Amino acid sequence: MMRAATTAPPSGVAEGYRREAPPVTRDGEIAVIDATGVYYQQLNDAVRDAIAAGATTVRITGMNGQRYLGAGLRATGVTIEAHGCAGNDTAMFADGPGIEVFGNAQDGVGNTMSSGRVVVHGDAGDVLGYGMRGGHVLVKGDVGYRVGIHMKAYEKHVPVVVCGGKARDFFGEYMAGGILVLLGVNTQFPEQPLVGGFTGAGMHGGVIYLRGTIEPWQCGAEVGITEATGEDLSALRPHIEEWATAFGADADEIMAGSFTKLAPMSHRPYGKLYASI
Amino acid sequence: MAYDLERYESFGVERYRDESPFKIHGGCGLAGICDESGTLMSGEVAIQAMAVQRDRGNGLGGGFAGYGIYPEFSELFAFHMMYHDTAAKEAAEAALSESFTIEVAEPMPTRPVKGIVDAPLLWRYFLAPHPHLLEERELSAEDYVVQVVMNINSRVDGAFVASSGKNMGAFKGVGFPEEIGHYFRLEEYAGHTWVAHNRFPTNTPGWWGGAHPFTLLDWSIVHNGEISSYGINARYLEQFGYTCSLGTDTEVAAYLFDLLLRRHKLPIELACKALAAPLWSEIDRMPAAERALMTSLRAVYGPGMLNGPFAIVLGFNGGMVALNDRIKLRPLVAARSGTTVMVASEEAAIREVMSAPDHVWAPKAGEPVIARVEGMEWPIHGELHLGPAEISCAVTGTEYSCEPVEVAV
Repeated sequence: MMRAATTAPPSGVAEGYRREAPPVTRDGEIAVIDATGVYYQQLNDAVRDAIAAGATTVRITGMNGQRYLGAGLRATGVTIEAHGCAGNDTAMFADGPGIEVFGNAQDGVGNTMSSGRVVVHGDAGDVLGYGMRGGHVLVKGDVGYRVGIHMKAYEKHVPVVVCGGKARDFFGEYMAGGILVLLGVNTQFPEQPLVGGFTGAGMHGGVIYLRGTIEPWQCGAEVGITEATGEDLSALRPHIEEWATAFGADADEIMAGSFTKLAPMSHRPYGKLYASI
Repeated sequence: MAYDLERYESFGVERYRDESPFKIHGGCGLAGICDESGTLMSGEVAIQAMAVQRDRGNGLGGGFAGYGIYPEFSELFAFHMMYHDTAAKEAAEAALSESFTIEVAEPMPTRPVKGIVDAPLLWRYFLAPHPHLLEERELSAEDYVVQVVMNINSRVDGAFVASSGKNMGAFKGVGFPEEIGHYFRLEEYAGHTWVAHNRFPTNTPGWWGGAHPFTLLDWSIVHNGEISSYGINARYLEQFGYTCSLGTDTEVAAYLFDLLLRRHKLPIELACKALAAPLWSEIDRMPAAERALMTSLRAVYGPGMLNGPFAIVLGFNGGMVALNDRIKLRPLVAARSGTTVMVASEEAAIREVMSAPDHVWAPKAGEPVIARVEGMEWPIHGELHLGPAEISCAVTGTEYSCEPVEVAV
């Protein structure tokens, strides 16, 4: 079960990531990077170099926990495939690229992301979509705590997060804009509630769609709970279709469920707290 | 440094390359691994788990505790000691020989490692309490050891007990964990359970005694987070004879587990609920009996509650328990592969040592992940359920005579 260290100093004691450039091979427009044991800085350098050299697909093998994959990357028309476990803050500040993780993703996926598309073929951790301002994040399975915290939107920049499994507490906390969707159809916690407590606490913009129901005590005081209307479902459908296409699911089957809509009752819930206007 | 705004207009390759070498990530990292079949693992496994989490610390603290590592002395208390100088060593050895028969006294085996400097004098001892002293003082061997540890840590200048349990030991110091593990030659030890830590000190200095794990008897604690209730916890513990003298908040967690699990004999899940108490709003929604129990627990153990963000792993002979604060303010991932249970701050640490785990999951806040070594004595009392009256009895110190009383709820 125990894997031998990838490199061994004379004593045989393991060390961590190596600060050296990873091996890269090029096959037409596809660049393949072996990230096994390579530090995140050298890995991200290699990704940027491959894109600068014209690769449209960057396939990373041996990924295990390297942080900041595609962080701050401004590029469109490219897809980064990460095979393995994606590290913290994957796609942080990303502006345009597609990032597809074949495995689980750790905490902070899409942190303050501007645009682009992240697909996680597994579970994702806490604070996914933190302060996200654009782009789409699709997760096949469960997500952790504080997902969609302080997502925001402005005019045509509307971030969308669709999670296929279940979520824990503080889902959509302080949400200011965007669309946050929780399906509960692909979970390793079938016996647990769809979502935890403090859902939408402090929410003052955007919308949350849950496939299922929620008790009022699970929501923040600022949240209005309604059954999704036909108009809501029409707005939701393209995002469900995008999720279903990404993970080979049936969009109609998902849409056949009943959806609950959470939206803030006021855009300025505390507008009169300190000054009466 | 003044910002050159023009250079910060775009987050381009150049800026990324200029800035990234200076990023200090921080956050502390931890890992725990336990083979429930009792099969021994080299300490190198724990080093591997920490090496990929290197960026979670800053080189100011790394440490490990291993269980089952001293089978040839399994009935003796193994003391790992740190001394600032020879005077401290002489004073502490005098205190040890007054209290114990010293079966073995030897320097800790170490090797020179780049990055590890200014190590204190590191010694270990295998000790048996003088039986007549236990009788005289009417103390269990464990209570006696606790007294000696508190006495040395708080009264012997420059001497600190790194660990004091049986068939276990803590190996810690200032450095990155893989350096510390290498320094202490951990690959030469084999244990069924290991806990490990990478420190990013925030509130207190990085020094050898302040590195994790914090230990007492068999218990060892590694912790990522901040215990903002340290002051009230430390005062509460003083009433029970525990003196906090190591200058890191995590010390209280080690002593609280000793108090709750060994002395008050709380079942593990209740002890976890005392330390990571459910919110009052959750308690209000509980069924009547559970509500009464949790209300009692919060009332009785209010000063023991750990406030603030934490992920901790508690190691002991018999297994390990991992626990988050009640709203998951620090990361923790768990996995199982065959008979091996592992927890870590990052999933990457798990995948570094388990090539194909059967199951990987994010534990729920406030709910412990428990690993139990088959065939070993389980040092924790009882099952999950203990009535409010039984808890009150335990806390008022009448656990030997107290009859459980039915309470109306």
